[in-house]
Amino acid sequence: MTMTSFPPGLVLLLGAFLLPIVGKNVRSILILALPLVTLGLVWNLPNGLFAISTMLDYQLILVRSDSLSRLFATVFCIMTFAGGLYALKQKSVMELVAVFVYAGSAIGAVFSGDLISLFIFWEIMAVASTMVILSVGSNVGNKVSMRYLLVHIFGGSLFLVGILAYVLDTGSTAFTSMQPDSFGTVLILSGFLINAAAPPLSAWLSDAYSEASFSGTVFLSAFTTKTAVYVLLRGFPGTEILIFIGVFMIFYGIIYALLENDMRRILAYSIVNQVGFMVTGIGIGTEMALNGVAAHAFTHIIYKALLLMSAGSVLYMTGKRKCTDLGGLFQSMPLTTICGIIGALSISSFPLTSGFISKSMISQSAADANLMIVWFFLLAASAGVFLHAGIKFPWFVFFQKDSGLRPPDPPWNMKLAMILFSGLCIGLGIWPELLYDMLPYPVTYEPYTVTHVVNMLQILMFSGFAFFLMLPLMRRTLTITLDFDWIYRRALPVVLQNAFSVIWKVDSAIRQAFLIRFNQSLAFVARRYQSPSSLLSRTYPAGSMVMWVAVILAAYLILSFISK
Amino acid sequence: MIVHLPILQVIIPLMAAPLCLLLTRPRLAWLFSLIASGLAFLISGMLLQQVMTSGTIIYEMGGWEAPWGIEYRIDQLNALLLLIISALSTIVLFAAETSIHKEIPADKHTLFYVLYLLSLAAMLGIVATGDAFNVFVFLEISSLSAYALIALGQDRRALWASYQYLIMGTIGATFILIGIGLMYQMTGTLNMYDLSIRLPEVAQTRTVFTAFAFVIVGICLKLAMFPLHLWLPNAYAYAPSIVTAFFAATATKVAIYLLIRFTFSVFGLSFSFTHLPLQLLFVTLGLVGVFVASTAAIYQTNVKHLFAYSSIAQIGYMIVGFSISTAAGLTATLLHLFNHALMKGALFLALGAVMYRIGSTQLSNFQGLGRQMPVTMAAIVIGGLSLIGVPLTVGFVSKWYLVLAVIENGWWPVAVLILAGSLLAIVYVWRIVEVAYFKPALAGTETIQEAPLSFLIPVWTLVIANIYFGIDTRLSVQVAQAASQSLFGVSP
Repeated sequence: MTMTSFPPGLVLLLGAFLLPIVGKNVRSILILALPLVTLGLVWNLPNGLFAISTMLDYQLILVRSDSLSRLFATVFCIMTFAGGLYALKQKSVMELVAVFVYAGSAIGAVFSGDLISLFIFWEIMAVASTMVILSVGSNVGNKVSMRYLLVHIFGGSLFLVGILAYVLDTGSTAFTSMQPDSFGTVLILSGFLINAAAPPLSAWLSDAYSEASFSGTVFLSAFTTKTAVYVLLRGFPGTEILIFIGVFMIFYGIIYALLENDMRRILAYSIVNQVGFMVTGIGIGTEMALNGVAAHAFTHIIYKALLLMSAGSVLYMTGKRKCTDLGGLFQSMPLTTICGIIGALSISSFPLTSGFISKSMISQSAADANLMIVWFFLLAASAGVFLHAGIKFPWFVFFQKDSGLRPPDPPWNMKLAMILFSGLCIGLGIWPELLYDMLPYPVTYEPYTVTHVVNMLQILMFSGFAFFLMLPLMRRTLTITLDFDWIYRRALPVVLQNAFSVIWKVDSAIRQAFLIRFNQSLAFVARRYQSPSSLLSRTYPAGSMVMWVAVILAAYLILSFISK
Repeated sequence: MIVHLPILQVIIPLMAAPLCLLLTRPRLAWLFSLIASGLAFLISGMLLQQVMTSGTIIYEMGGWEAPWGIEYRIDQLNALLLLIISALSTIVLFAAETSIHKEIPADKHTLFYVLYLLSLAAMLGIVATGDAFNVFVFLEISSLSAYALIALGQDRRALWASYQYLIMGTIGATFILIGIGLMYQMTGTLNMYDLSIRLPEVAQTRTVFTAFAFVIVGICLKLAMFPLHLWLPNAYAYAPSIVTAFFAATATKVAIYLLIRFTFSVFGLSFSFTHLPLQLLFVTLGLVGVFVASTAAIYQTNVKHLFAYSSIAQIGYMIVGFSISTAAGLTATLLHLFNHALMKGALFLALGAVMYRIGSTQLSNFQGLGRQMPVTMAAIVIGGLSLIGVPLTVGFVSKWYLVLAVIENGWWPVAVLILAGSLLAIVYVWRIVEVAYFKPALAGTETIQEAPLSFLIPVWTLVIANIYFGIDTRLSVQVAQAASQSLFGVSP
């Protein structure tokens, strides 16, 4: 293994374990340097397959380098760098370690050339991201991370069974484009979709991401769902059902975000919404659509991280997270406000921001593929995105009423990270070629046409107008939105508890009855033969064990005689 | 010398046990036992190598030809089991001196080593011998020493647990004896290989059916298969830590070996799996066992109890693999046998270290241990991850082969249930992690220190083995495959 073919993800994954050992200053240097080293490795990889080894009798391909994996790895590296800068003052070293392992395994996953190594990185990602949430150390955080881990291991289990079935079907572990037409591939697809926060298990995302620390959420928003988008893009392009799932996710995200009061939950729901756009694009499956998905994943990571950074700054400086407690912060946090607004404009795909050049590729591809209904939904959703993330978030947090809070802007490193990402949002919006050149297919799309710009501005203006018109309706009260996860957080335990108590009652009743009869007959025998029966009755547990033995032996004998 | 390896394997620890009694100083006894166990380990390694290169070894005791004399017959399956038992015994024994120092009264230390060696010799004997009656004899030796070892626990409930185990163990052994007796009555032979040739002639008789039922139930009792598991949790929980680590890693494995040996070799595949719906019975009991025991594990307040229930659940997985009755299924069972020994050895030994430092394994006392005993707790976390089946640990290898075998057989629902079972493992492992790392330390525990090296070395040897065999699966998979193929080869 030469240096050029070293799996880039391993730099972060292994480097993470240096962080707790070294001193504070070296740690800061490592946090900033490791992502850059990784980025360098990513860009030095020639196209092809490298770092091949074997495990469980199968070939592992740790590095498959092509334009698609390079694109995702690049944005993951940038994200890790900016996120690391943002989290430089994070006191919990455990979170930093977890974050680096998490980022490293995400990069490892996008480079994986076969299903087994993909699965390995997939599981590391699940564990590491759980540690990110856990490292907050709050009681709520512990419960949330438990639920989060269970959902992901469940998804991982589906994925694993899918791989096994696929391997038995085809004899190959190569991770290539497939069709959901066999048991194995359907399971693999479901495993991917769970990580993409697709219904019915979308709720894990908002549940977990709103409980991480101010910096943890920034990382969480980037990797898990986007790795899922990558594998869907690689594995299931053009799968029709993804269109429906994607559209559902888009509206799920919008509706729940509009109902939500916690600022980071609003942004978490809008991740589901944005991933919905990408899933729809993958379902459309034309070259243009896939390009659009890749580009949108790239820009989305940046502007969503920017939005969460500004929300994180507010949380860090005020300790408050509910829209009802916030407001009027623009006076004392001007920079955070501006950066938040830039992120908000990007997510609403305002012209001259990064969202504009990527999202429109997806909707345009829907139009080109003659999917008019889908195109219409996407258009309507663009207005919805502007409503919930584009206006609602900055308006309620930074303007609205004056909450009386006067926190200053956050420390320099957090400011710097936000400025960096704001610059990227605008830079990509002005020079889209930078991004278009990295896409997997050649791009012929030109975002800045008069009709497109005018169209977009019209939509944004009208939905902005609608927002302020409906403002009295939107005024947030202290609400908790019920989601599907209520079913497994509340309903299921209650049902199970009742079911179990019934089973136990029946079981103990049967055993009681049996034991009473048994004891009666024993007592009868004892009376008859005057032998001490106290010994048996005193050792009740041993007695019940022996009873089981007798039952099983009898069952065996009866079965074997019957079957004769 | 080389030709006598099969008998030396058993005779060295067996002879060492009474010799130990002569050594009055416990420390000397410990060193002596360690050497004896180490020698057994060395021999088992040589035996395995020999078997893998040149096939089954047959050793005739005293030159008497089987079936008149007792023969020792070592094939791949025996060799694998011998290696597991002697290796785990040696590693666990390494920590024994420190551990029993706190848990067993000083005047019983020498006795402890005597019993330990007896138990080791008996387990090796069960596996090595090719004679059915010999199996029973060794089974009794191992059981009797086990009762005494468990009763050495400092908790007074250890006596009660040991007594329960005694009742159940005796019933199990008696059943096996009855079964062997019936077989002898029908065939006139006690040699297992000979039995496998003669039994088919009389297979369709009620006596043989009855013999089969008695042997299977007896063995299932010994291996704590659900619902015959009730004796195990208390026995594991109240025994001295070293004893728990030793038994958890080896004792149930020996019972699984017997199950495989009797069903596949002695009675033969076609008899065992056709005259009874054994497959359905075992896969159901195995899966129910996984779920019942895992759920029970979640609600335990004592970590030793917790892992004891998890052991029962893991036995469920082995039973499922066994019930598939294909070479792939058996490979999965054997692999899990090996891997589970590594996991539970590491976990219970680490619990021994916790016991040594804080004198309790109650979950509530784990508060803050993540910071006070970081190295030990890290071992428990890795062991737990392995139990869940996270990639790069042995647990994943087991899960992979088990699910592969199940799917190959077309049992989709079972595959899903197996993976659902691993979700339950997350919950119970999680409870420990949560308490140890995310709860503030209890007052007055500031002085707790990291466990001594005599614990950390064996614990981490096992933890590293958990990771090593999770990545480099050549040795474990090769041997398990060879063993299961040879079983399918010899079955009539």
